[in-house]
Amino acid sequence: MTHSVRITVNGEAYEGDVEPRALLVQFLREQLGLTGTHVGCVVGECGACSVLVDGVLVKSCLMLAVQANGREVTTIEGLRRGGRPHPVQEAFVNGFALQCGFCTPGFVMAAHALLARNPNPTEEEIRRDLSSNLCMCTGYVQIVEAVKSVGSDPGTGRHRGQTPERGDSTP
Amino acid sequence: MFPADFDYVVPRSVDEAVAMLVHYGDDAKVLAGGQSLIPMMKLRIASPRVLIDVNGIAELAGLRRDGDRLVLGALCRHADVAASPLVREHLPLMHDAAQLTADVQVRNRGTVAGSLAHADPAGDWPAALLALDTHVTVAGPDGTRTVPLAAFLVDAYTTQLGANELITQVAVGIPPGRTGGAYAKFERRAGDFAVASAGVQVTLDEAGRCAAVAISCGAVAPSPFRARAAEAMLAGQALSEDLLAQAEHAVRDEASPFADTRGSVEYKRHLAGVLVRRACVAALARARGERVDTLHL
Repeated sequence: MTHSVRITVNGEAYEGDVEPRALLVQFLREQLGLTGTHVGCVVGECGACSVLVDGVLVKSCLMLAVQANGREVTTIEGLRRGGRPHPVQEAFVNGFALQCGFCTPGFVMAAHALLARNPNPTEEEIRRDLSSNLCMCTGYVQIVEAVKSVGSDPGTGRHRGQTPERGDSTP
Repeated sequence: MFPADFDYVVPRSVDEAVAMLVHYGDDAKVLAGGQSLIPMMKLRIASPRVLIDVNGIAELAGLRRDGDRLVLGALCRHADVAASPLVREHLPLMHDAAQLTADVQVRNRGTVAGSLAHADPAGDWPAALLALDTHVTVAGPDGTRTVPLAAFLVDAYTTQLGANELITQVAVGIPPGRTGGAYAKFERRAGDFAVASAGVQVTLDEAGRCAAVAISCGAVAPSPFRARAAEAMLAGQALSEDLLAQAEHAVRDEASPFADTRGSVEYKRHLAGVLVRRACVAALARARGERVDTLHL
């Protein structure tokens, strides 16, 4: 028996019918076509499917789609602001914090959630927090460095990972 | 990988949830955090015909102080415990365990009560809460009953919880002054289940001797256990290095681990002793008012 759900994803409300056994990640990828959220291990080990539900970081392979009824989901596609990548995404690009890129959406979501809670984490805090996500290319050093670079700059209040505006003299 | 097909029902109250459990019996499972249940369903280790999702029952949420007890609702998540100043101040052992359980995402969803109901021999909460004055309250068709955690945990993956019962809360006694606790865990990689773990809660008397002590061990027996021989060695004594070394040896003998991919019997016995000793040292320091960060091992 299917259930009717209304789920807000990246600010847009979606209504549809889901089987109870459909996972949130399947709903996002297969019903909405939001394939930025990746499926790695499917048993909650790898973190590639991490999304925010009502602002809380979860693994979307460990939550049923029907459980997201009435909730707000943010996926990697929803991080863009004003047509430009999120500072965490820019930091990953600028810091070469990806190799094959499969784990990247999950890492970006996890790093975004960490920085929202703790804007200037220490390296140890970054390493402990992101231990939830696996990178099979083992590019962890660049990932940690990229997250470190996003901490807010006390001088400008801007994210250090953000690309300078056109005409901005900041290096 | 998908779970087998099931029906999904959403009770709005504990009474409604119990009525559903009575109706469906063994065919139903309660869904709270789902961080163990959903993987088990995908792996087809569990194939309940009905999931009763209790996440909408407001009365089961959160944690609060009720007199001399800390009361965790059945929906209290690991992250709620980790973030609680009340827990950090009065029950640092629980603060440790909350931080060492799984990873951020799982801590945001998984519940303490669910961990007790699942009763994984290597789970953190059964072992950690066994060192504290912990009682589990369950609701069933005949009303509610409250049982000490030691009685609630029967064996590996086995508890006293009946098929028609639901955990409603977990209550932990807030200890007197001059008490300190710590939970130490050894894992192969961050966020894994324990290879071995230990919880220690110590209360000192005015002279600084051990007035009361509780020691629990996880992952080194079919079910977590209290290390009674080691406790008896420490009770009433000044806790010297020598005495802690003797307790460490006693714990090794009390452990009854089995060999698996996480280690041999000898290795796990050794670890159990080491972790009890480290948790003792941290618990003692905290009982004296010193600040000790969670032991990341």
